[in-house]
Amino acid sequence: MYKNVLQSIDNIAIWPVISFVIFFLFFLCLLWWVATVDKKVIKEISELPLEPTAGNETDKSNE
Amino acid sequence: MEIERFSYDNKIVKAFIIATVIFGLVGMLVGLTAAIQLVYPVFNFELQYTTFGRIRPLHTNAVIFAFVGNAMFAGVYYSMQRLLKTRMYSDTLSWIHFWGWQLIIVAAAITLPMGFTTSKEYAELEWPVDIVITIVWVVFGWNMIGTILKRRVRHMYVAIWFYIATFITVAVLHLVNSFEMPVTLFKSYSGYAGVQDALVQWWYGHNAVAFFLTTPYLGMMYYFLPKAANRPVYSYKLSIIHFWSLIFLYIWAGPHHLLYTSLPDWAQSLGTVFSIMLIAPSWGGMLNGLMTLRGAWDRVREDPVLKFMVVAITAYGMATLEGPLLSLKNVNAIAHFTDWIVAHVHVGGLGWNGFLIFAVLYWVVPRMWNTKLFSIKLANTHFWLGTLGIIFYALPMYVSGVVQSLMWKEFNPEGFLTYKNFLETTVAILPLYGLRAIGGALYLTGAIIMTYNLIKTAYAGSFLANEEAEAPPLTSEYRPTAGGWHHRVLEHKPVIFTVLTLIAILIGGAIEMVPTFLVRSNIPTISSVQPYTPLEIHGRDIYIREGCVNCHTQMVRPFRSETERYGEYSKSGEYVYDHPFLWGSKRTGPDLARLNGKYSNTWHYNHMYSPEFVSQGSIMPSYPWLFRQRIDKEITGKKISALRSVGVPYEPGYESTANADLEKQAKAIVESLRADKVDLPEGVENAEIIALIAYLQRLGKDIKIEKTADVQTPR
Repeated sequence: MYKNVLQSIDNIAIWPVISFVIFFLFFLCLLWWVATVDKKVIKEISELPLEPTAGNETDKSNE
Repeated sequence: MEIERFSYDNKIVKAFIIATVIFGLVGMLVGLTAAIQLVYPVFNFELQYTTFGRIRPLHTNAVIFAFVGNAMFAGVYYSMQRLLKTRMYSDTLSWIHFWGWQLIIVAAAITLPMGFTTSKEYAELEWPVDIVITIVWVVFGWNMIGTILKRRVRHMYVAIWFYIATFITVAVLHLVNSFEMPVTLFKSYSGYAGVQDALVQWWYGHNAVAFFLTTPYLGMMYYFLPKAANRPVYSYKLSIIHFWSLIFLYIWAGPHHLLYTSLPDWAQSLGTVFSIMLIAPSWGGMLNGLMTLRGAWDRVREDPVLKFMVVAITAYGMATLEGPLLSLKNVNAIAHFTDWIVAHVHVGGLGWNGFLIFAVLYWVVPRMWNTKLFSIKLANTHFWLGTLGIIFYALPMYVSGVVQSLMWKEFNPEGFLTYKNFLETTVAILPLYGLRAIGGALYLTGAIIMTYNLIKTAYAGSFLANEEAEAPPLTSEYRPTAGGWHHRVLEHKPVIFTVLTLIAILIGGAIEMVPTFLVRSNIPTISSVQPYTPLEIHGRDIYIREGCVNCHTQMVRPFRSETERYGEYSKSGEYVYDHPFLWGSKRTGPDLARLNGKYSNTWHYNHMYSPEFVSQGSIMPSYPWLFRQRIDKEITGKKISALRSVGVPYEPGYESTANADLEKQAKAIVESLRADKVDLPEGVENAEIIALIAYLQRLGKDIKIEKTADVQTPR
């Protein structure tokens, strides 16, 4: 069944190529973004886990 | 701005933690039992429910889905609420998820020893359980996405991305790989056959490692490591690149589990190339983790949590370097089918998953119970026992893998195999199997000490079921600051993000699979290869039920050492009617693809009754119940219909006459046994052993017929 579905798609061979191009373009954009992003934003996000919550205000287990 | 008050749900985290600890101990104990069975076969207890072939999948399912799975959910539920500053979307969904998951585990613990299995590694559970898994997984995803949508933090921290990727990919993997045709309530046939089934299975198997054992744990690393070290992750930018490159590349690498098999060569190369590329994101992640501890290494000496994390991240680094190296064909030629692979997965399982879980438990439990850890000394003892356990497990397995592989391949000066008898190569490594069991016992002892330590900690404190918190709500007036808006848009829109993740993993999967499914030249047909006879179908299903595939392969690789030992190398066209494929991934016993005619029916009959009697020193368990139990001829027709519906060309109406053929073939086998003066019990014609013999004698028969035909009618 699945074979018929796939075979009925015209020019299916081009899909992987398109996918590959999307993959690389996405990656180039990502690298470009990472290279140019505002450092303040990155710092803010990277400190998200450190926000104190009730159980985390003091480091009780290892004092 | 108005501050909202709410509470974090610790109760659900507690439930998952308890399940993690209980099933962790059970899973490890079952693993230890399996390890001991390989040294002392008497521990198979001559019971069908406790033989290695059924215990081994129980172990893998227990540690992967029950231990690592429950710990993942505990980690996700704990960190997600805090990272997004909100309670989980729905307490009801949380509890449906919890109890649903435990139901699946209990179902696995019952059905696997009973022999209800699809035989596909890490996807052994039969179709009704598959459906429950799908429902429970959707509940988990629904709860997770709902939580993300009602968050009070604008940015989605990278850990959340890893959790989303986990949900999406595991859903896709599970759905695609579980495409099967039910026969009875607990029996189904894979919708794919032979090479295609193998490709789908290892696309699944490899990415189950990636998206069940790796991505959620990387998410947990990115949350709990900064917490424990009390400093932000070394490079958040690196974590972004780490995430996208990891999910893009991982999905392609599955075929490296099938090197030198009948899988088309281009697919094998694709697997290798992407595996090598995977070193980059994996090591990027590992370095990011270790570098987070810069300036805090002095604390690693004192803090057991950090100790466990450092070993976990190091084990991740080692396993993710070793994996790509194993995918090189020259290394794979030695390592594949041996204990090297067992060592590799246990460095990942015991080191990366196990130690990260222990670290998280030691960190979370004192906080949720609002107290200090009961004993740091015991935690340190656990650390050292666990570390020694990993070493005592992995080292003997590396040695065993290389020793056995080289013995398989050794030729004497006359050009014959030095170790013609496979059993010699097994006996040689048994002492190493003993050492491995000691390693496992050390690791388990450490886990028991942890359990005691955590229970004492919990009793000393008071459990904080609902942890109060407060945060301002997200407002719609938010305007992103200038510059670099692209990724933040993505990150702010979880649905777009989820869809992109889905596209990323579908691209890899599709490129791997579509051509193999479409292009006929990828699987050349062999005219002499015919569907199995009714008796052989029953026999094959017994082979599946007993988990023979856990120790025996059906794939002769194109090496002289293998063609010399077993016969002609395997071709993809031989497997076109194999639903599911039974190539196997480990040779504890010899390959069986060319078994036809190698031994007499009488030999098989005696061997299955007492392998030790027929082959002295054999560690194969005996199967006395096959001689007592009868095949169920009532379902022969159903089996034929189910196989036909997945593409095996049985003639219309054959299901009603199949049993006549079955009886005829069984009678011939029984007569051959009688001729050898075997003492046969009453009604042996219908015994399971006869069906199994029929199947074993069929293995590799068709390709012989083709060769004979070639000689008679030259083309």
